[in-house]
Amino acid sequence: MPDTAMPILDVKGLETVFRTRGGDVHAVNSVDFHLRPGELLGVVGESGSGKSVTMMSLLRLLPSPPAEMRNGTVMFDGQDLLKISPEELRQVRGSRIGFIFQDPMTSLNPVYTVGFQLAEPLRAHLGMSKAEARARSVELLRLVGIPDPEQRLKDYPHQFSGGMRQRVMIAIALACDPKVLIADEPTTALDVTIQAQIIELVKDLRQKLGMAIIWITHDLGVIAGIADRVMVMYAGQVVEEGPVNEIFRDPQHPYTQALLKTVPAVRGPRAEKLQVIEGQPPIMHEAPDACSFRNRCKFAFDRCAEENPALAPVHMPGHRAACFLLDKASTKEPEAVHG
Amino acid sequence: MLTFIIRRLLTAIPTLVLISLIIFLLLDLAPGDPLADQPLSIPPEVRQKMRDALGLDSPAYIRYLLWAKQFFWVEPLYFIDWLVGTNFADGMQRIVSWQFRAPVFDIIVQRVPQTLWVVGLAYLVGVMIALPIGIISAYKQYSWFDQVGTFVSMIGFSVPPFFSGVLMIVFFAIMLPWFPSIYDTTLVVNDFESLGQQIRQMTLPVMVLALQTTAQLSRFMRASMLDNLNHDYVRTARAKGMTEKVVVLVHVLRNSLIPVVTVIALGIPSIFGGAIITEQIFKVNGLGQLLITAIYANDLPMVQTLAFIFAVLIVACNLIADMLYGLLDPRIRYD
Ligand SMILES: Nc1ncnc2c1ncn2[C@@H]1O[C@H](COP(=O)(O)OP(=O)(O)OP(=O)(O)O)[C@@H](O)[C@H]1O
Ligand code: SF4
Ligand SMILES: [Mg+2]
Repeated sequence: MPDTAMPILDVKGLETVFRTRGGDVHAVNSVDFHLRPGELLGVVGESGSGKSVTMMSLLRLLPSPPAEMRNGTVMFDGQDLLKISPEELRQVRGSRIGFIFQDPMTSLNPVYTVGFQLAEPLRAHLGMSKAEARARSVELLRLVGIPDPEQRLKDYPHQFSGGMRQRVMIAIALACDPKVLIADEPTTALDVTIQAQIIELVKDLRQKLGMAIIWITHDLGVIAGIADRVMVMYAGQVVEEGPVNEIFRDPQHPYTQALLKTVPAVRGPRAEKLQVIEGQPPIMHEAPDACSFRNRCKFAFDRCAEENPALAPVHMPGHRAACFLLDKASTKEPEAVHG
Repeated sequence: MLTFIIRRLLTAIPTLVLISLIIFLLLDLAPGDPLADQPLSIPPEVRQKMRDALGLDSPAYIRYLLWAKQFFWVEPLYFIDWLVGTNFADGMQRIVSWQFRAPVFDIIVQRVPQTLWVVGLAYLVGVMIALPIGIISAYKQYSWFDQVGTFVSMIGFSVPPFFSGVLMIVFFAIMLPWFPSIYDTTLVVNDFESLGQQIRQMTLPVMVLALQTTAQLSRFMRASMLDNLNHDYVRTARAKGMTEKVVVLVHVLRNSLIPVVTVIALGIPSIFGGAIITEQIFKVNGLGQLLITAIYANDLPMVQTLAFIFAVLIVACNLIADMLYGLLDPRIRYD
């Protein structure tokens, strides 16, 4: 994918706050990222780092209250998704942007048949008749590898296994041929062999259909295998972003480096031993005014507690990270980064 | 499904037999002489003849079996005769009310329309109002609509009908003479004027009873909707680009109705038995009132029969509730 292609999705300054009884939670803090046509962007980060909230904010899928979208623009197809009317947004959801959720067991409505749920977006967005929607549904189920699709349309979600349900979810998300597919940990709830099958399926579908994909996961191994670019999130911020090879070969942010040490080596020599990152990600009661990682960072120095580092380009094109160590002006011991 | 129904019906039989026996034995324990209100001038030997005629001195199990035979065999035969004009019953002894000295079922048949009109209609009205209130309250949680709904339900829950009924009479029959305070059973509806009169005299008792039903059901509907609104499948429906109307009225509603429909079905027997107080206040001579007067008058066959009919209704509505549950929720399997 050429780096120069116009992004299909361009997010700037996204900020989402939950207003709860226990105080505000700043779940997404000034997040910038983009997605180019046909590209697969992997999003990684610990639990609670704001990956899901970021993606749901794009389509305004969070319940409000408590969620509040304070700032930002989400440019998609020449429209700002945060500004358009609910009706215009509805026409984007499920038709030009598809969404797959983590838990296939609960994401389908238990009292309607799979055929009904699959036909819904087809009829709503493409204005298909019942018969047309049925024919297309059969085609879609076949596409995602569900055997005997004509029969299975009449079945209810509980008659499918977890992996089969996730295939149904994928079929629903792809029903209207979206330009962007957002997959929020689509395999986390599945067992390992099924996970591998689903990943293969998505790779395959991407080849066939050519949509751009945002793939959220905890599993860096998966990212290494399928992503073009990676975005690392911590405490509701993007701390590093870049081409997948760059990130794995030469991670710049201390958090990314630590994260990579928590997985068995995917490329290059085996890591000596697997490590865990000590400590917990903070709960953000205020918008960050210092580096959120400083309590767990072994390189933290004075400046880290005074200012919040911004994403800045590092040597390779398209590779950016948010850490003062990379800021030449304040460099203390930059070589330690490559430890 | 069919085998499930048949199995449930078969298991219902011993249950009902046991219930009828328990009702009978309990009533039998109650003190009181059905002839107590006969004039004292009746000579003792005549009194004894009356006792014999009523079978009062035979042992309890004989009396129970006699009642059971009349209830399960003779009365259905009379019903068939009445329906198709045959003569199966052929003058067999029916269950006779001691108080009215007429067949119990003839009297019940006279009373059913009033009960259905007033109490049944109130239930229907209550349900029709409660469901939309519950849906809107949940969808717009904590809005002013929801707050008002909560307040009205609290009143409906906490104010008993003997109080709200009297209050209604004071306001809408005495201070503002819009509605009659007494239900006139003899009213025959044959033109628009009498229809208007019928509607007016039904209004107050229906309102009192509907308030109760609405209060309970709207809360239940609201809770069920709220529970479902947080489910993942709702988010999926929105992410598919469904309109809010479809999300709420197609996806959430169908799921939320599953427990609510069950509760509605289980509440049906209370139409017949539960409105005793309201029927008394507005002098509606329905089944509830019939039961109360029969208890006062020591009319054991009447009480026994009515109590048993209520039991049958309860068992039947339980079965209906289970079937509805299965119809609405594909995850339920009957085998
Ligand atoms: N409804 C909510 N109310 C309040 N806080 C919320 C709500 N939903 C999410 N959050 C907060 O937002 C933050 C980010 O959550 P998010 O679900 O985006 O994390 P995640 O990166 O997707 O984690 P995971 O990998 O576990 O899915 C968390 O700290 C969480 O506590
Ligand atoms: S800015 Fe400071 S605390 Fe934050 S990651 Fe860099 S060195 Fe560590
Ligand atoms: Mg998540």
